[in-house]
Amino acid sequence: MTDIDTDAAFVEFQRVQKSYDGENLVVKDLNLAMPKGEFLTMLGPSGSGKTTCLMMLAGFETATHGEILLDGKPINNIPPHKRGIGMVFQNYALFPHMTVAENLSFPLEVRKLDKSTREEKVKRALDMVQMGAFGNRRPAQLSGGQQQRIALARALVFEPELVLMDEPLGALDKQLREHMQFEITRLAHELGITTVYVTHDQTEALTMSDRVAVFDDGRIQQLAPPDQLYEEPENSFVAQFIGENNTLEGVVKSIDGDTCVVQLDDGSEIDAVPINVHNAGERTKVSIRPERVEFNKDRLHADAHTLKATVKEFIYMGDVFRFRMSVAGNDEFIVKTRNAPDAIRLQPGQEIEIGWLAQDCRALDA
Amino acid sequence: MTDASQNAGPMLAADGTPLKQSLARSLRRQKLRALLLVAPLLLFVLFSFIVPIASMLFRSVENSIVQETLPLTVEALQSWDENSGELPDEAVYDAFVRDMVVAVDNKTHTRLGSRLNYEETGMSSMFRRSGRKMGKLDPETDGPFKAQVIEIHEGWGDPKTWAVIKTHSPAVTNGYFLNAVDMRRTPEGAQSQPEDKQILIKLFGRTLFMSLVITASCILLAYPVSYLLATLPMRVSNMLMILVLLPFWTSLLVRTSAWKVMLQQQGVINETLVWLGLVADDARLVIINNQIGTIIAMTHILLPFMILPMYSVMQTIPPSYTRAAKSMGATNWTTFWRIYFPQSIPGIGAGSILVFILAIGYYITPEIVGGTKGVFISNRIAYHISSSLNWGLAAALGTILLGVVLLLYWVYDKIVGIDNVKLG
Repeated sequence: MTDIDTDAAFVEFQRVQKSYDGENLVVKDLNLAMPKGEFLTMLGPSGSGKTTCLMMLAGFETATHGEILLDGKPINNIPPHKRGIGMVFQNYALFPHMTVAENLSFPLEVRKLDKSTREEKVKRALDMVQMGAFGNRRPAQLSGGQQQRIALARALVFEPELVLMDEPLGALDKQLREHMQFEITRLAHELGITTVYVTHDQTEALTMSDRVAVFDDGRIQQLAPPDQLYEEPENSFVAQFIGENNTLEGVVKSIDGDTCVVQLDDGSEIDAVPINVHNAGERTKVSIRPERVEFNKDRLHADAHTLKATVKEFIYMGDVFRFRMSVAGNDEFIVKTRNAPDAIRLQPGQEIEIGWLAQDCRALDA
Repeated sequence: MTDASQNAGPMLAADGTPLKQSLARSLRRQKLRALLLVAPLLLFVLFSFIVPIASMLFRSVENSIVQETLPLTVEALQSWDENSGELPDEAVYDAFVRDMVVAVDNKTHTRLGSRLNYEETGMSSMFRRSGRKMGKLDPETDGPFKAQVIEIHEGWGDPKTWAVIKTHSPAVTNGYFLNAVDMRRTPEGAQSQPEDKQILIKLFGRTLFMSLVITASCILLAYPVSYLLATLPMRVSNMLMILVLLPFWTSLLVRTSAWKVMLQQQGVINETLVWLGLVADDARLVIINNQIGTIIAMTHILLPFMILPMYSVMQTIPPSYTRAAKSMGATNWTTFWRIYFPQSIPGIGAGSILVFILAIGYYITPEIVGGTKGVFISNRIAYHISSSLNWGLAAALGTILLGVVLLLYWVYDKIVGIDNVKLG
């Protein structure tokens, strides 16, 4: 986890809490610091508090406790229209009674820019998203992808330093979504804007972001760059939520520095890296990625612990093979291998031994 | 590739029949089904709404009673010049006696009398009084009649009487419509009514003006309420909605009578104001039996018809629009005026048209709280239907009212656009 010097932080949440009903906290003790120019994604299941955080930053919700700082200044008492933050909404929120150009011109008009400056900026913003020819259309006459581009252009046209995006690609089909992911990150980096992006789509989060904050239960569970998040999840929620993951439950038998032995519930033993287990005897969930499981014995250490596995199902997915196995009482254990020339196709019912490198297997909280 | 598309001929369905034919057949069943589903309502509306209204509207021009009751007289009067100032000759009186004998026999002469009485006061009693004596005359033997008839009632010796009969003899007349706009049919053509009889144009004007005032005050009162309803959480807004709808479940008569209690000079409002010392006891507000009373009561009664369409339109305006506007730097007022308000216009449009059209034809409330100064044209129509029994005039007034509403609807469509009206 890269530590940010809070003095250099552009956006900062300090011990922020939010409650709607006075009984439950939707956001619990949020601390977050973002440097200028960063693309940060808030990822989490619905109800995890990520959108509330975004709304507090935009000024549509007030924090019940704590301080939000923008460029070093507290903004808790600044109304939304004075914060100068660009925002892209889930349903685009393009004003239906205005043309595309009028939509883009609106933030410039309320800033009292003169007509020629407005026209020039609108044109530049439209060209930026390759929609230069659509200025006179109404939003309803545009496709979803085009509306998305306009919404983006409108959030950027008044040159805000911070742009918030609330699941902006949720309504697009898969292909368009992937294209727009690329467009958004390209624009954000080209213009050097600081971006806070909210999504529940982990692929989006991993492909677009500099850093991802995984939200659950009103807290940031882990804040890390995408690769670190995927490969080194810090708790079992993150391990489960990001990517595909196999979980085996058991008890820590012994800890020796940065390795430990876990006795699974069926009695078999495996090696793992202790992440947030500290003492022998603790219950743990062991996490292992499907593509890091090995059943080719030649590739394993001689002294590595192995487990017996029964192949339940073989799923052909083209680029990869996917096997569902029964391992230590878990029938949903997934193993993936690349469809390489020497790949082995296991048949259902086959009994094999599987193993992995100890550093790929992480003993997390139960 | 199927055979059908390879042939140059028409596309064929799988069973070999032409595709168009088989499509029409499959759609025919659907259309028939749709027709059957609406048939009961269609018939009901046709016989209980369209037919009666059409026949009522027809009464506004129908005038066959003169021709039917006095066929010979009408024919004989053709050759008489009503502008000459002289009485018609013996032939007309002879024809008149023949007609009257038949009419008295059938007792239709009094009806004709009251019909002509709308045009010339006194005709009704003239016909009634002359009826008995004229019925006893024998057309074949008792002639000549001119002197005898004038003897029976001196009115028959006035050329004006005959002019009225001749003027109103055509089977189709514009007389009722002329009456409805404070004019009348005379031998010299259409002329204005004497000034003391000119009330209907004024009444039309007042009806339109007051309906507009009522619509405007409904807009002003309903807009904030609808906004609140549309923005509150569902549970709270449903509760408040019940309060809005509550008046719907109370009888109109009860509500209007309640206003009578509230507004009268010894009523709740005046008593309270006097008690508070805001109004002197001898200067109590006159807020009933005049236009103010009608406007207050009708605004209250029609308010739900404004709130409901406004609410349903406002509910469809996502809060993200206002948020987007604010995030772009717009103040609360700019956001409302530039973003929210334009999108709520269809609701205002729908509510206004509903309230205005309901108001323009309203009857009970103005009748009860309107006194003489606060009544509408509909009260006049009701008067002619049930008291003066001048159905022709009532029908003409109704037709004009319908025409005005349709005209306004057309104007509204031109200005606002009927596509801009949404009920939800």
